[in-house]
Amino acid sequence: MAEGNGNLVQLTAKDFKSDQEVRWCPGCGDYAILNVIQGFMPELGLSRERIVFVSGIGCAARFPYYMQTYGMHSIHGRAPAIATGLAVTRPDLSVWVVTGDGDALSIGGNHLIHALRRNVNLKILLFNNRIYGLTKGQYSPTSELGKVTKSTPLGSLDHPFNPLSVAIGAEASFVARALDTDKKGLTEVLGAAARHRGSAFVEILQNCNIYNDGAFDVVRENKGNRIYLQHGERIRFGEEAERGVQQYPDGSLRVVDVAEAGENSLLAHDVAHPQASLAFALSRITYETDGAVPLGVFRALEQPVYDDLMKEQLDSAREARGEGELHALLHSGDTWTVT
Amino acid sequence: MATSKPVEHLERVVIRFAGDSGDGMQLTGDRFTSETAVFGNDLATLPDFPAEIRAPAGSLPGVSGFQVHFADHDILTPGDQPSVLVAMNPAALKVNAGDLAKGGMIIANTDAFNDRNLQKAGYESNPLEDGSLGDFHVHPVALSSMTVEALKGIEGVTSREAERSKNFFALGLMSWLYHRPVEGTIGFIESKFAKRPEIVEANTRAFRAGWNYGETSEDFASSYEIAPAPTPPGTYRQISGNTALTYGLVAASKLSGLPLFLGAYPITPASDVLEQLAGLKHFGVRTFQAEDEIAASGAALGAAFGGALGVTTSAGPGIVLKSETVGLAVTLELPLVIVDVQRAGPSTGMPTKPEQADLLMVLFGRNSESPVPVVAASTPSGCFDAAIEAARIAVKYRTPVFLLSDAYLANGSEPWLIPDVDSLPAIDTVFATEPNDGDRFLPYRRDAETLARPWAIPGTPGLEHRIGGLEKEDETGNVSYDPENHDRMVRLRAAKVAGIAADIPALEVDDPDGADTLVLGWGSTYGAIGAAARRVRASGRKVATAHLHHLNPFPRNTGEVLRAYEKVLIPEMNLGQLRMLVRAQYLVDAAGYNKVRGRPFRAAELADAIMALVDS
Repeated sequence: MAEGNGNLVQLTAKDFKSDQEVRWCPGCGDYAILNVIQGFMPELGLSRERIVFVSGIGCAARFPYYMQTYGMHSIHGRAPAIATGLAVTRPDLSVWVVTGDGDALSIGGNHLIHALRRNVNLKILLFNNRIYGLTKGQYSPTSELGKVTKSTPLGSLDHPFNPLSVAIGAEASFVARALDTDKKGLTEVLGAAARHRGSAFVEILQNCNIYNDGAFDVVRENKGNRIYLQHGERIRFGEEAERGVQQYPDGSLRVVDVAEAGENSLLAHDVAHPQASLAFALSRITYETDGAVPLGVFRALEQPVYDDLMKEQLDSAREARGEGELHALLHSGDTWTVT
Repeated sequence: MATSKPVEHLERVVIRFAGDSGDGMQLTGDRFTSETAVFGNDLATLPDFPAEIRAPAGSLPGVSGFQVHFADHDILTPGDQPSVLVAMNPAALKVNAGDLAKGGMIIANTDAFNDRNLQKAGYESNPLEDGSLGDFHVHPVALSSMTVEALKGIEGVTSREAERSKNFFALGLMSWLYHRPVEGTIGFIESKFAKRPEIVEANTRAFRAGWNYGETSEDFASSYEIAPAPTPPGTYRQISGNTALTYGLVAASKLSGLPLFLGAYPITPASDVLEQLAGLKHFGVRTFQAEDEIAASGAALGAAFGGALGVTTSAGPGIVLKSETVGLAVTLELPLVIVDVQRAGPSTGMPTKPEQADLLMVLFGRNSESPVPVVAASTPSGCFDAAIEAARIAVKYRTPVFLLSDAYLANGSEPWLIPDVDSLPAIDTVFATEPNDGDRFLPYRRDAETLARPWAIPGTPGLEHRIGGLEKEDETGNVSYDPENHDRMVRLRAAKVAGIAADIPALEVDDPDGADTLVLGWGSTYGAIGAAARRVRASGRKVATAHLHHLNPFPRNTGEVLRAYEKVLIPEMNLGQLRMLVRAQYLVDAAGYNKVRGRPFRAAELADAIMALVDS
């Protein structure tokens, strides 16, 4: 395997821009995300050849073309599977998957959940715009019930997926959410994802200004509706931090008025809680149900990592049996010699 | 152990062991085969079992069989007709008696011929008693009760477990009858059941009791000796197609210096390769049992992008799901070996039965112009060389390669002269390490000779690049919708694969007599065609044979060979797929012999077909 020089490299956002012209629609939320990620990349402290972006199909999936790293624009939905093969054979690389709501949750749903439950060392960024953009405006698996699109003129009949609930249900060890235009919040989440060893799942709320404009305006435009989750701190939000999150005896969460409920009754966030139920309950807080959207890290739990486990098996097999020798393999079992 | 009874000498024998799928017939057949291999006979085997793990006991669909053909000379097939049938119950007799040669021997487990089992098998009366087996020599043997009797007094062995040792009794009897060495089986029992010493004792005792029964029972007047076959000097082992394929992949990893990554999803009859590779982690082999066939191939391609020897294994119903990955590999121009252990279809078909009907699928079962080289194994041991060849082409030309085997090769076995590791072909792996256009790296600038593009793996400084499923501009690899560029890229990908013809052996023809008729084959029909040609020649007729190991591209002299003969016959276990290709590509009016029964051709039927064409 080729090795980098191992030195800490000082790079800037510019070093991560490829020579390819970016071709998303003017005003697309993907531009903001690209800028944030290019700006974040130097924080990895890795030289560019150690970084790989793998994507599937869709608007978001064009992402690798614009990164001056190694990259593969692959097949619809299959990026987690392809990235798994790369990551387990090359633990020296930082492997990122860029996907969308259709790519990850519809055609690629199976690969996503299995990559997450295996805890492969992948950073999976799901750009969720709640619409099919590249195919020009059909509803997606995250579109709201009743959504009128080109393929649902009378309204969608599909109950939507909540991407974070899916990821937590799939035993993901790291789950977070960020907003395309929120540079600070997105950068923090990317940093936490990069530091997490194992699968890191990040939903990025992304505006499609052509086919689903304004889908996230309630949090994009109104910062008071953003619940920034901070590990170890009571969950409060609003312009004056006047609202908070309380846990009920049945485990469900509700948004309450802090003045009424009292600060001490608010739930303290714990990203490393061994039970996934807290993170799951947080994922159920939506603008539709509670008038606010949690952002930040929902869950970050250290779990055995698939790549490491596989390497350990190889190492222990070699230790127990010595490096495999072809002559011995071919002669294993009953042999006989003719002279 | 040596017999004191008279000994008759035979040139060859075909034995079929048959019983319930829970009776251990595959194990019994395997052991008999190992003894036979060690003894030095040439041999070929044909396991034939149902897809059901335990079909209802005593039923016709639950019958599992194992046929072994062994001889004092070189043989090519598992035999058309068994000369000996070991029937563990009435259903096994019913299913197999029709195949037995007239005058053949039947050894029947009389304990299982009770009213209930006879009824389940559809017998109105007991065939062992009603004279309906008059054409055969029937040896009624109370296998079950004698086994239980022999095992009395072993502590910890229930009478049910004792009864289950009857297959070793049968094996012991057959080992006596055909002078098989027994040490290997005793050693096998000791290691296989090491965790349960009482079972070791039970099986060993049953095995010896069977041998002793042959020696003492008046029912068996004599035993048979089949002299070892003269074979070239060297060290041999018995090998099945799936094991040979597994070893070939490991060898390719060693020869190329690339770590082996297998992405697979369990499927009959390919699962052995996954299971066996999973046991070879000390070779640095990574096996990934994926969530589905698609992920299995995707992960293998991802590993290949990172510089591994990426392999995915499956059978037809799984290969269809991998089509999109193969298409991506075609346009990414990365090495990938896709193994298709063919089985009878369409759809789920007959999972344990062989067929050769995936050829057109692997050639054309993708969207657009998507050329992929195809290598086919023709014998169980040949799966070893075919795997190395598939990997060699994949790595050298940076292309996906299909490797075709089938259920017959996968499970069948034969003696194998173990090759010297140093004699195996080299697989040169060259990773790009430097820019190839001044300071720039052009990921699609091709090697002038092979037309392969550089393989620059992540981690290589300065060669960062992006590849993808969108059409790429020649040389730069940038996304391109330019019409002329697309036409050029389609032709370049086709030319690269076509050019491999210069790098593979010419088609060899076996034509000792100067024949007018050529029989052209591919895949597992090799043995049957060879055996049939011997019969045709023995009848005084002339026939030539040739066998294709590369189906895309064809060997460079294929057209020349075909046109040199007046008549061409192409036998296939499909409805004429190679025939269609040959007719289209070479405008040769080849005839077909096509049977799609889920079983290999018999040499006799093929010989008849050839003779009919020769005489026409």
